[in-house]
This record gives sequence, C-alpha cells and structure tokens, in this order.
Amino acid sequence: MAADSPILEVDGLTLAFGGVLALNGVSFPVAPGSITSVIGPNGAGKTSLFNAISGFYRPRGGSVRVEGRAIDRLHPPERARLGLARTFQNIALFRGMTVLDNIKLGRHAHMRTGLLDALFYFGRARREEMELRREVEERIIDFLEIDHIRKAPVGSLSYGLQKRVELARALAMRPRVLMLDEPVAGMNREETEDMARFILDVREEWGVTVLMVEHDMGMVMDISDHVVVLNFGQVIAQGLPRDVQANPEVIAAYLGSGNVDDLRRRFAADARKVA
Amino acid sequence: MTFDWLLLAEVSLAGLGTGGLYALTALAFVIIYKATRVVNLAIGEILMLGAYAFFGFTATLALPWWAAALGALAVAGVFGAVTERLVIRPMLGESPIAVFMVTVGLGSILVGLVEILWTADPRRLPEFMPATPVFIGEAFLAPKIAYGFLVAAAVITVFMVLFRTWRGGVALRATAGDRAAAYSVGINVPGVFSLAWVIACVVAAGAGILVGAIGGISSTMGVFGLSVLVVVIVGGLDSVPGALVGGLLIGLIEALAGFYLGGEYKLLATFSLLVAVLMVRPYGLFGTREIERL
Repeated sequence: MAADSPILEVDGLTLAFGGVLALNGVSFPVAPGSITSVIGPNGAGKTSLFNAISGFYRPRGGSVRVEGRAIDRLHPPERARLGLARTFQNIALFRGMTVLDNIKLGRHAHMRTGLLDALFYFGRARREEMELRREVEERIIDFLEIDHIRKAPVGSLSYGLQKRVELARALAMRPRVLMLDEPVAGMNREETEDMARFILDVREEWGVTVLMVEHDMGMVMDISDHVVVLNFGQVIAQGLPRDVQANPEVIAAYLGSGNVDDLRRRFAADARKVA
Repeated sequence: MTFDWLLLAEVSLAGLGTGGLYALTALAFVIIYKATRVVNLAIGEILMLGAYAFFGFTATLALPWWAAALGALAVAGVFGAVTERLVIRPMLGESPIAVFMVTVGLGSILVGLVEILWTADPRRLPEFMPATPVFIGEAFLAPKIAYGFLVAAAVITVFMVLFRTWRGGVALRATAGDRAAAYSVGINVPGVFSLAWVIACVVAAGAGILVGAIGGISSTMGVFGLSVLVVVIVGGLDSVPGALVGGLLIGLIEALAGFYLGGEYKLLATFSLLVAVLMVRPYGLFGTREIERL
C-alpha cells in the first residue's frame, strides 16, 4: 500500500434515525499524521458521524476502514483496541475518580491482568501497573501540564481542565487516530490557544493522526491539513482550509447565500407574497 | 435493679451479626445498581433461590454441604447471566420504573417457582456450621450468627479488594461513572452488565444460604430483601461503604428495638430511621448526590 494511503477512511456512510437521514453517503479520507477537521452547522451530523465511526451507532450503509480493513462489524471496545480513541462533546469522565485513575483507565483495553494476580497484586498486576504509571505520569501528565491536579477528583475541575483530562485519557489509549469532538467548545481565547497547541504537539510527539469536529473556525483553519464540511448529513465540500473557506456553497451553508443582493431580492419576494 | 450491660452487648452482637448478612445482600443490590442503574427488587427472592438451591442439593441430592454450596452459587450465577441477557438487557433504555417493575415480577416468578418445586412449607437447612457456643469477652453469641458474620465479612473484604485492583472491578466502577466513556476506552459494557448480575446473584445466593442456615427457609424469606432495601436507601443506592455501614446499622437497630421494645417495633424503628435519613440526606448517607429519575 502506498505510504500516504488513508489511515482511516469513511466510505459512503449512511445513518438513519427513523425516517431522518443523519448521514447521507458521507465519504472522506484521513491521511496518516494529518489533522483532519469536520465542520458544519449545528445538526449537520458531525457527532453522529463520530458515533458511527466509534461504533456507538450502526450505520444503515457504507463502510469505515482503518488501514484498509473494514471495521463495520466490530463493537466499540474492539475499535478502541484497534487504536480509535475519542473524546466527547459534553465531557465523559469517570465521576468520583481522580484525574490519575481516569487517565489510567484509558489503558484498560490493553491490560491483561488476571483475577488472581489482581487479588494478591503481584506478578503481572504489579508490573503492568508500574509500567502504566511511568508512562502516564512521566509522559502524558507532564505533557498536558496537569501535574498539579493528578490527585483531584475530576468533578471538581474547571471545564477546560476536564477537557484536557479527557484528552489525556485518550492518549493513554495509545491511539492511532485521536478523535476529538469539539475540543475547544465553550473555552475562552486563551484556553482555545492552549488546546490548539496541545493538539499540534500531540501530533508531533506521538505521531498520532487527529480527526476532530469543531465549531471554532479560526482554530480549524489554523491547524487543519484537511477540512470536511457537512451540511444536512452530506459532505458539501472538502479540501485544504483556504479552498474550503472560499467555497461558495460552504459560505451559503453557514451564512445563507452570502450575497447581499440575492438576500434583498429574496426578502422583496417574501414581502410580495405576504402582501 | 441495675441495667444488664452484658445482655445489651449480646443483643447488639446478634444485631451486628444479622447486619453483616444485610450488608452482604445490600452489596449485591448495590453492584447491580452501580453498574446498570437497575433497582433490583428481586434481590430478596434471588437470596431465597440460593437457599432453596442449597436445600435441594443437600436434602434431595444428598451432596456434602460444601458441594451443595458451590452448586447453589453456580445456579444463582447462571440465573443472573440468563436473566440479565433475556430479561434486563432488552429493557435497556426503557423507563427506570418499567425495569423496576420487571424485577418485581421476577421476584414473584421466583416465589412461584420455589412453591411449585418445594411447596410453601418452611424447612430447615441441614446443620453445617460448628455448634460450639462463641463467646466474645463474656458475651455469648449464637455460633451460626457468628460464623455467618465472619463469612459475610470475608466475602465483602475480597470484593472490596477486587473492586480496586481487578480489571473487571475497575471496569465496573468505570461503567458506573460514565457509560459512554467506558465504551470508548475499550470496556465491554454489556459484558460488565452481565458480570454485575452474575456477581450480585452469586453474592445474594451466598447470603441466602447463611440466612437459611440461621433461621430456616420458606417461600416468604424474600422479605429479607425488604430490610435490605431499607439498608441501601439509608446507605445510598450506589455506595458500597453505604451498604456496609447501613447493613450493620439496620441490623443493630432491629435487634435493639426487637429486644427492648418488642418484635412489633422492629420495622417501626428501621423505617423511622429511613424517614429521618431521607429528610436529612435524600441520596442516602454515602450516596452520590444526584440520584436521578425514579
């Protein structure tokens, strides 16, 4: 296979809730090592797309492939083991546990400790725990600058920090594709810039491919290599950020037509109809 | 006449002994609630099922008591797995009240089943615990209650350790924390649901054998579950420490009220405590604040 064949490929994905098509033949590639962003107005199907990729929803048609292999029949835990790690739009952390425990749980899928080992905490249990602790504490926590809160219960943290803990947990999964669902939603300028920096650094440091859904246009255009625009469950444009930005269909989806004269004509027509 | 402190100690000890069994059964209840958010009202009947299975294996098949105990636990485990898969999982996403009602029905079915197989007559389990009296200091404690308490304490300790260190235990706690997140980090959430039901049913059956050994068995012994319900509401539906403290507390209060005020005050005392706790801490002594729905 060619070196730049997609690490993740969404091919003709169609997802329906009752009669409503949430996704309609969505296709796009995610190049290895890239930052690929999915944008679109509210209700365009971005989170549905994420849920279909991570296996929470069963699509009606189409296929998701990881390194050329179709994963459509795999359950979410199996997909996680393949290296699909994700965060959630409305933060999904393990309540009542500390930051450290939350992050360590990211490694759950890779652990092999048996019942007896665990009961007496020797052998493999201790070895795995030590190894995990080293990686999590020295690498991930340090990297994301959350050392000062490692013992804090996650519920007590600010929104921005919780998002960062979620990212840390996803990193502990040793992901190949990191899926971020609105990583900077609800953050202020400074927090957004921090997160953008983390995302770029994560790619540098871990060589992870990033697929993200985000509303913050500035950030998407700044750090993405490839942008996919969804509207009403369909891909209406994709390509380099500057090409997508200039695409009239994208502008129309976000702002209406964007043509003031066109808008005036439409208002005038509506006014006549009412009269 | 001076107050008989020794008698108070003996009554209290007996109460704590029963409390250990409450705690054990409450643990079974809490495991299911934590992992699956199902309020399982059939826990008392599952306890009864365990006791009758033990009775069947010893009295009918004449197995030695330890083999019968293992057999009864296995029966309960299989029952838990099958029930979760065929009855509870299809109800996933339905209103919690509907699921709760299903467990009420499940309890009735178990009572009916036991009455068909063994009739409604109360029976005694064969003796399998040492009968030498137990003294703690000068206070006498019925040996069955003492050994029942020890077994309950041992089982609870093992579970506390496993919750912390075993992957399955951690998966269970994680699923309780956030289902979607658990799924996304590779935890087999349906597997955790099964596991929770199997563990809970085995634990409840074990408690059933101990309860049956102390007080005999009958098709109405499921009312033991009613006291356990009080325990978990007092302790907090989703709290393991709550189950333990609540169990001992309710056991103690029942014993004291029963002895000093008379048997008819037992329920009055415990339910008064229930009302008082709910007024001060609606989510139970140790429960999570946002007990939802229901």
